[in-house]
Amino acid sequence: MIELFGFPVPVILGQLMLGLVNGCFYAMLSLGLAVIFGLLGVVNFAHGAFYMLGAYGTWALMDYLGIGYWSALILSPLIVGLLGVVLERTMLKRLYQVDPLYGLLLTFGLSLMAEGFIREGFGSSGQTYPVPELLQGAVNVGFMILPIYRVWVIVASLTVCWITWFVIERTRLGSTLRAATENPQLVQAFGINVPLMVSLTYAAGVALAAFAGVLSAPIIQVSPLMGSSLVIVVFAVVVIGGMGSIMGAILSGLLLGIIEGFTKVLYPEASNIVVFVIMAIVLCWRPNGLFGKG
Amino acid sequence: MKFNRKKTWLALAVSLGLAATMNANAGNEVVIGDIDDMSGLYADVIGQGGIEAVKMAISDFGPTVLGKKIVFLSADHQNKPDVGSSKFREWADKNELNMLLGGSNTGVSLAMAKVAGEKKIPFIAVGAAGSSLTNQDCNAYIVHYSYDTTSLANGTASVITKEGGKSWFFLTADYAFGTQLQDAATKVVNANGGKSIGSVRVPLSASDFSSFLLQAQGSKAQVLGLSNAGNDFTNSLKAANEFGITKTMKPAALLAFISDIHSLGLQTAQGLYLTTGWYWDLNPDTRAFGKRYFEKMRKEPTMNQAAYYSATLAYLNAVKAAKTTDSDKVMEALHKLKINDMFVKGGYIRADGVMIHDMYVMQVKKPQESQYPWDYYKLVKTMPGEEAFGPLSDSTCPLVTKK
Repeated sequence: MIELFGFPVPVILGQLMLGLVNGCFYAMLSLGLAVIFGLLGVVNFAHGAFYMLGAYGTWALMDYLGIGYWSALILSPLIVGLLGVVLERTMLKRLYQVDPLYGLLLTFGLSLMAEGFIREGFGSSGQTYPVPELLQGAVNVGFMILPIYRVWVIVASLTVCWITWFVIERTRLGSTLRAATENPQLVQAFGINVPLMVSLTYAAGVALAAFAGVLSAPIIQVSPLMGSSLVIVVFAVVVIGGMGSIMGAILSGLLLGIIEGFTKVLYPEASNIVVFVIMAIVLCWRPNGLFGKG
Repeated sequence: MKFNRKKTWLALAVSLGLAATMNANAGNEVVIGDIDDMSGLYADVIGQGGIEAVKMAISDFGPTVLGKKIVFLSADHQNKPDVGSSKFREWADKNELNMLLGGSNTGVSLAMAKVAGEKKIPFIAVGAAGSSLTNQDCNAYIVHYSYDTTSLANGTASVITKEGGKSWFFLTADYAFGTQLQDAATKVVNANGGKSIGSVRVPLSASDFSSFLLQAQGSKAQVLGLSNAGNDFTNSLKAANEFGITKTMKPAALLAFISDIHSLGLQTAQGLYLTTGWYWDLNPDTRAFGKRYFEKMRKEPTMNQAAYYSATLAYLNAVKAAKTTDSDKVMEALHKLKINDMFVKGGYIRADGVMIHDMYVMQVKKPQESQYPWDYYKLVKTMPGEEAFGPLSDSTCPLVTKK
């Protein structure tokens, strides 16, 4: 068998695939963070909690209302997005004029509260969500047995990432949004409702997190801490990509998922810190991140 | 800064006065503490349920012992050894703590066990599995109550190896607990003619286990030894199912709780072997306790929640027998005690601190075998305490080897 770094090629390919799946989650989550930071200047520490709520929403829709996966894929992000609007309107809005640190503290506190409520209500061991019937089973792709659901995760998340990038960078709506963050007064003067746009942007950002949550529900245990164990890594991904850079967030998310996947084979003990080591190196070399401007 | 001498003296006098009144109060109380993971991945294993179990034990014993009021404190260690040990110190210094129950997490319990030795306060470790608590890290104030890595390995690993699962690959949580459990299981596997052909150390609370499982599959081992716990265990088993690994490898849970099985569901967990120190559906006593507990918590207790109840009663009985709360005398009484309750029949605490009691190897039922809610296990084997925990001569605890 052909070997690479002392490992058979099929093993490497298998890990590359799994790394890509994890990278998709990183990409979706860091994309939401980047959108919110880039357009609102808010460091949204509650992102992990929204991801978790998206997964719980999926589970609750099924458990209490009998609503299946495909509807939840739309409904759960919508519900979480609405929650985001309420949050932005009632709390975050008041913090735009002050140091971003306040927004960080507020969202961090909110995520602790969300985790606490969910833990009190449903326990810490979490809930199991079945893989939807259509996506059950696995295919033999030669170098590994790949569950169909994981393929779906890659397709769905890359599509969503591309749509988000396209809307922000290539449409009129996106350019208005970007203009509104540069100079809100001027854009307002053109008759555009800037506060509404800001609320919707926040909602879209957290809905992305919830979408990632729905995608993850069938593959990991839906538990209160599923977000907080991920959000720190995702922040590192955003920093590596360059705060606020849309494409940077997507590409570095995918890339870091793959690098992490390799670390899991080469030196598993380091797999939870490799992202931070890379972050440190990138910050020394390019303080604005790989794709950051300036 | 200029100190106001008068104010400083006043403050000093007030705080001394406060300290004096606190001590005076504590003299009329027996203070039991509980430091556990209340908010993290192990919160369902003991957590709030453990607090409820201790309260049940205190009210069953009677609200007082030796005419002193029984006071109960609890705190969250957040899985951080320094948080656990500093809380323990604080209670020892300020609240005149008499006994501490140690919740989940071997790392934290090892740190708290050191404080127990230093402060001479009985420490009953329930959730920690690491057997070093009664071996190289032991001291005269430690009791290891529910299970340890030796007894867990002697259960699951020996049953599976004897049934033909000769080659093992371990998925190990990368901290004291996981590695001690893996070592103990490897010993048992080797002793039964099997061998461990590989392992991977997984960081605690990893978000994805599929990469590690693929490595396990690549090893072509017959048995997948899950040397982890809590959500790490449930997530790895879930992914093993998804990737079809459970079809080629037999999963072996080295430490699983009924809360894990409940959250996974029988569909995913069926056929799994595990070792437990207690199960709610063993006999009329366990069922009666399960029923009482269920009425309060709306779920069946885990073995550790039941152990919290039993350990609290054992301590209070020892205080009653010793007629004092003096730590050394209570420890002496604890070592003499025969423990008979809904948790254990004829249990006793050995010189190295291990509470010797029967352990049970269970297999998780198929969904169609489960007759009523929480009917999850079938008994495969009852291991007598001496067999489960190994002979005292194996202990490397200095208290034993010195003699």
